[in-house]
Amino acid sequence: MNVLHLLTELTVFVLAVFVGLEVISKVPATLHTPLMSATNAIHGIVLVGALLIAVVAEPKLGPALSVLVVFLASLNVFGGYVVTQRMLAMFKPRQTPAQAAAAAASGAQK
Amino acid sequence: MDIVADAPGQLAIDFAYLVTGICFIMGLRYMNTPKTARLGNAVSIAGMVVALVATGFNLDWSAGWWIALVGLGAGAAVGIYAARSVKMTAMPQMVAIFNGAGGGAAAMVASAEFLSKLDPDAGTIPLDVGVTSVLTAVIGAISFTGSIIAFLKLQELMTGRPIVYPGQQIVNALLALAAVAGIVLVALNVQTVPAFFAALVAAAILGVLFVLPIGGADMPVIISLLNSFTGLAAALTGFALGNNVLIISGALVGASGTLLTLMMGKAMNRSVANVLFGAFGAVKATDAAAGPTGSTGGTVRESSVDDVATMLAYARQVIVVPGYGMAVAQAQHSVRELADQLEKKGVEVKYAIHPVAGRMPGHMNVLLAEANVPYPALYDMEDINPEFPRTDVALIIGANDVTNPDARNSPSSPIYGMPILDVDKAQQVVVLKRSMKPGFAGIDNPLYELQNTSMLFGDAKASIDKLVGAVKTL
Repeated sequence: MNVLHLLTELTVFVLAVFVGLEVISKVPATLHTPLMSATNAIHGIVLVGALLIAVVAEPKLGPALSVLVVFLASLNVFGGYVVTQRMLAMFKPRQTPAQAAAAAASGAQK
Repeated sequence: MDIVADAPGQLAIDFAYLVTGICFIMGLRYMNTPKTARLGNAVSIAGMVVALVATGFNLDWSAGWWIALVGLGAGAAVGIYAARSVKMTAMPQMVAIFNGAGGGAAAMVASAEFLSKLDPDAGTIPLDVGVTSVLTAVIGAISFTGSIIAFLKLQELMTGRPIVYPGQQIVNALLALAAVAGIVLVALNVQTVPAFFAALVAAAILGVLFVLPIGGADMPVIISLLNSFTGLAAALTGFALGNNVLIISGALVGASGTLLTLMMGKAMNRSVANVLFGAFGAVKATDAAAGPTGSTGGTVRESSVDDVATMLAYARQVIVVPGYGMAVAQAQHSVRELADQLEKKGVEVKYAIHPVAGRMPGHMNVLLAEANVPYPALYDMEDINPEFPRTDVALIIGANDVTNPDARNSPSSPIYGMPILDVDKAQQVVVLKRSMKPGFAGIDNPLYELQNTSMLFGDAKASIDKLVGAVKTL
């Protein structure tokens, strides 16, 4: 067992937690839903882990479960980012009447 | 992983992971204002692409290409389709399901890593891989099943009310104990394999049971908590696999989820433990037994569309207080239309957003943004509360407990101490409500019996559409 290695990883983890707290505490309440959705997409990074254990010569989980794990993780990534993008697209400052009319028109086309 | 660390290829991959970490941090940083938030998401996506491409060099494509192709293809197709087609009002459950998917994936990755590092003859595992993988499996499994229950509740496929039964806390405690025992046994290498899977199963059941007693009004807390669980699970996966990008990203998400969870708890003046262990639910049960009718025996004043329209049109300032009822009725577009009509008549319209209004943090903000309400018109509780005394009309749309003056005045109330929007201080209060049924917490709201309160019963969207028509003719 490599204790030194584990300690290095723990250091990275703790520092990242502090960075996370620092960065997130500056996000205004208006953006809390998109923020949750954005962090939700970020933990889709587990897709890296899923690929590492599934796309090998003999996946330990067998083929069906290997496909499932990649599916779940990529669902998290793609769904998470697209939802976030959709939410953020809606946040606009006060518009001029012309812009508002254009937005209403494009909204009506949908 | 049995890769030589100083191989040049591995160095390049690790460097790419560092770039990903920076992208995620910058991406979250750009979320601190709506102006740069979209850029933030783009930067975050770029980071994800870098990590995935780099990982691609580490894979044995000859054997597993079809697994990656099918899994990625199906995940992308379903994820993108669901994310694009879901209604904005259904966002909380969408986020819950994506969160559950991530948690489930983390638990499965951990299980695979556990099995691959297991000594097949002795049935033992090195301490570091054993502990990190069993922890990941436990937290990931809780997040997976917990998110599914949260999804079912939010989607109303099962009741959103708390599900309570005798001995609930004891059952949950026993399951938690079983999971902990499993973790300890894996660490000690005693019955390693059965212990691992026993812990996994206990955690999966615990995930179901701990979300069952959570009521809909507490969902913002649970959704952020489950999000932080999946983040933590992803970080632990990184420990098990020895992969820094997973550790960094998971830690970021875990920190953010924890912070949001605490914020939501604070907004309700309840500790997270109090939310989780259903003290609120217990109070609710006794309240229901006492009977849902008003104990004060006061009367409510029902108003008409025309009266309310006149009141609004001749006001100087109107504050709209949206709640979950607005989301259910999908009334946000009608609300915007009403505000437009009022602004044409020179009325100042502001929106008061309680931190826990709706079913996830910032839920109301997103819905109003969808309806093109400019975000500077949305005010936080602290900023808007001093405004109520100089406001002519407070228009409450499907919000209940966050406006209940008992939280301020009545120490015996179960929500006593929860910060509320001081709508009762406005000159006039108009409450749009489906019926006189008490709100989510099952608590009477004395606001409805105040002298200056008028009730407009009916579906929020229908009522507001009628108000728009009536205001136009004035």
